[in-house]
This record gives sequence, structure tokens and C-alpha cells, in this order.
Amino acid sequence: MSRAVLALWHREIVRFLRDRPRLTGSLLQPIVLWLLFSGALHGSFKPGGMDYGEYFFVGTLAMITLFTAIFATITVIEDRKEGFLQGVLVSPVPRAAIALGKILGGATLGLGLAVVFLALAPLAGVPLSLPKVAEGLAVLALLAVAVTGLGFSLAWVMDSTAGYHGIMMLVLMPMLLLSGAFFPMESAHPVLAWVRFVNPMTYGVGALRHALQGEVTGVPSYAVCLLGTAVFAAATFALGTFVVGRRSARDAT
Amino acid sequence: MSDAVAVTAAGLRFAYGDREALRDVAFAVRRGTVHGFLGPNGSGKSTLFKLLSTLVPLQQGSVTMLGLDLARQAAAIRARIGVVFQSPAVDKKLTVRENLRYGGLLLGLSGRDLGARIDQMLAAASLADRARDRVEELSGGLRRRVEIAKCMLARPDLVLLDEASTGLDPAARRDMWTLLKSQPGLTVLFTTHLMDEAAEADQLLLLDDGAIVAAGRPKDLMREVGGQVLDIEAPDADALAREIEQAFGSAGAVVDGALRIEGERVHELVPKVMERFGDRVQRLQLGHPSLQDVFLKKTGKRFVTTAPEPAPKKGRRRRS
Repeated sequence: MSRAVLALWHREIVRFLRDRPRLTGSLLQPIVLWLLFSGALHGSFKPGGMDYGEYFFVGTLAMITLFTAIFATITVIEDRKEGFLQGVLVSPVPRAAIALGKILGGATLGLGLAVVFLALAPLAGVPLSLPKVAEGLAVLALLAVAVTGLGFSLAWVMDSTAGYHGIMMLVLMPMLLLSGAFFPMESAHPVLAWVRFVNPMTYGVGALRHALQGEVTGVPSYAVCLLGTAVFAAATFALGTFVVGRRSARDAT
Repeated sequence: MSDAVAVTAAGLRFAYGDREALRDVAFAVRRGTVHGFLGPNGSGKSTLFKLLSTLVPLQQGSVTMLGLDLARQAAAIRARIGVVFQSPAVDKKLTVRENLRYGGLLLGLSGRDLGARIDQMLAAASLADRARDRVEELSGGLRRRVEIAKCMLARPDLVLLDEASTGLDPAARRDMWTLLKSQPGLTVLFTTHLMDEAAEADQLLLLDDGAIVAAGRPKDLMREVGGQVLDIEAPDADALAREIEQAFGSAGAVVDGALRIEGERVHELVPKVMERFGDRVQRLQLGHPSLQDVFLKKTGKRFVTTAPEPAPKKGRRRRS
């Protein structure tokens, strides 16, 4: 089982590194977005008195894990279409190993890209220390597993990449927007302010803020955020292994 | 179950919603033989293949493969079979060797064993000099060989191939079969809609509309149809059939707008028909029965595939 997980994990990394446009886009897109948003809102938007560049820095890290998860798991649909997945399904690999390899692969990519972006923290005015970085990486790893597990579960049950994009815009983007990654949610419309508590991304972003920025207001306590993120990761991971374990007539098409 | 049998299936039924894809299919495959499933598109052979390759769960009936029960021991079966799909299950972005390496790891091989086995299979498939090339740079025939090499890594007892030669030129197809048949004791199950490929089989099952319509050695099946086959194409085939029967006592059947007469000495009819009805005959063809004829005789339908036909003929064209 472990060899199979390693093989599937390694394939994710190799394919990512070989795909130059994907590699370049994944590295530069968060930097560009962060520069655009923090530059544009620099003078007009200071959430909690904080410079927007600093506020959005943590949000960008969360965004990296989510977007990387989306692009890593959309390959499940391609793998199914191209036939690679069928080959894996008829090999003597436990179904859970397929989920594990893919989720850990996508999460590793997300974490790796987040580390690259994290190196820009001083530029954003986020002072880092070794313990902070270690804490931040642990939270990022958890969050990356959570969102990759979610993306994997969605991709597994979908037939088309276009459909997956639809779900991404309908579900995953709002999850990110309402998580406090882009703007604070505590003074949002009462309905949205309530929605954020059922949005698991809220806890991931909150935990990241606690880990990297220390004292933060407007997010649940560190313990609650960590617990929420851990539950998020465990739940999507379980969901991923569940959906992959179901054999159905759908596989025949 | 005897050790001589690799696969037995009994009472197999499978439906997609209301549509029945397999109706009461039963067969047995002896170890070390090459067993073909021939049928037109939609005949149920792909569904059968997916059941046997453990991709879809059994709905009704029972299958024993290599002494294991498909319903309960799918995982154990997967460890002992190799599967080649119609759509290539290799990763085009990876090199030939990488594909074999990942494939081997998924099959539970590792370390030096895996390396040695990869080298062996690269040599057997004549791919050693392409090992470092990405699969996307290879021709269809070479890609197919990569797949077969991959599925043979763990020395399976049984290999399943689904329309594996689709898109291959005759030389590449021959290579593929040479590679498969070079593995001693291997049982091969394959589906195809190609008549000449079906002739590779030691035993053949003809499927139509989800049911087995004929089974046996290809040669025996063809012999069973009879000595000779005469096809006569004519605009008024039905009328011509009646008149030929009246004149010469040779009864035939009109299939898809053409008259077909079978018999031991049908060749004697040719000059007589041409003399008397020559002006009404568009085309006349005499031959020995082919697997086409076997299919036709068993189902009353022509074997139509989705492959483009050289010249569009008028008249009904039935698809199953």
C-alpha cells in the first residue's frame, strides 16, 4: 500500500514539475494577485487598522492551497477520461491508497507553493520567526490536505472538467471569499456573518492568522480554528476514501 | 473447479437502468488459451470486459477467475490479472520507464526485482531503446506495447484486452500478438470487433445484443456454416430470390438487401444465374464462409461496426 501511495504521490509531483506553464502560473499567480490587491487597496482599505498587503498575505496563502488543490484534483477527471485511472482501478492497490496518493500529492504541491510565497513575508510587513514559520507550515499542511481532499471528492464524482469549474465557482470560490481571506467577516451582513461559521475555510484562514500574525481579532480562537481545520481535513479525507471505494456502473462508461 | 479452467461465468446479467447489456451469459475459458469475444458495438462485450476486469460490480450471476470468486475476491483477482484497455492507461507525460516503474509499484513490485523485471519486459517488447522517451512521443503501436509490457510486469496468469488493437496498423497488431503469445502459459481474454483479429483466438464467443450467439474454434464455426457462400446484390433481391428458387430449387435468404445462398456446391449456380438473370444482378460474389457469415447465420444481421465503410451501399443498415 505504501509503495502505491508513494508512486501516485510521486507522479503528481513529477507531472507538476514537467508542466512548465502550470508551474509558472502556479508560482506567479498568487504573487501577482497579492501585488494587485494590496497595491490597489493600499490607501483605502485597512481591515482592523492593518495594511491590506499584510492582511491579504495570509489570505493569499490560503488561496494558494485551495487553487493548487483545484488544479491538482481536476487531473482526476483527466485521468479518468484518458484511461490512466482505469489502469489504477484494476491494479491490486487498495482504493484508499488511490485517495491517499492523490490527496497527499496535491497537498504537497500546495504546501510547496505556499512556502515559496511565505518567503515574501518580510516584503508584506509580516514579521516571521522560526517558531511562527513552523506553526504556519503545520497549519498550511492541514489546510492543504483539507482542501485537496475536498477537491478530490468533488472531482471523483464528476465527469467533466467544465462541470468541475462550475462547482469551483459556485462552491469553492465563495468558501474562499467568505473565509476572511480577502476581507474581514465580523461586520458582514448577519446572514453572511453566520455563514462564515459553517464555512470550514474560516477556521483554516483563522488558524493561519493566529499562527503567523499572533494577536488577531475578528476570528474564532486559535484552539477553535485548529480544531475546525483538523475536522475539515479529517472529514474531506474520509470523504475522499469513501467515494473512491464505491464501485459503480458509472465506471463502465 | 478444475485447475485447467481459468475463467468460468454462469448466468451473467447486467443492466444499465432499464437497458440490458448482458443477458444470461455463460462460458468457460481453459488455462493457457486465447479466448476472443467478438461482437459489434453495443453487443455487450465491453460490459463483459469491465465485469471481468473488476471495474464494475456483478449484478447477477457468478464468475470464478483463477479459482477466485469475482463477487467476493475482486482484490485478490486484481493481483493476478493484467488489463489493457481500449483507451491507453499509460501516462503520456511520463517516460516509458517511468510508466513501467509506477505500474510495477502499483502491482506491488519494488526495488531490484522491479528494475530487473522492467528491463526484461522492455527487451521482450523491443522498447529498450525508447525507455527514456515520453510516451506522448511514441506511435500508437509502441504505446500499446508499453501497456502490454506494463500489465505483464507482475507475471499475471490472465490478461484481459479490450479492443486492444484499435488504431493499430497490421504490423503493430502482429507485434502485439507476438508479444502476448510469447508468454508461456498465459491465458488471454480479448474483445474485438475485427474479424481478422478474432481469428487469433483458440476459442471464440460471438456476442449479439447481450447474449452469446455462437461459441467454438473460429475454424469450426466457419465450417459449421457450410461449404460456400454466394452473395448476389440486386435492386429487386426479394423477387430475384423467389425466381431463383423456382428456377433452380436453391433457396436463399435476403439480408440487408442482398440475396445470400449457402451450400456445398453453390458455385454451380453462378453461370446459371448469370445466364438467366445476369441483367438484374449488380454484383455477385462467391466465397467460403467467414466469421461474418457465422454472425449473419446466427443473428440474421450483418456485422456492422462503426468503422467507415469504403462504399456506401443503399438499403437498410442495421446496427445492434
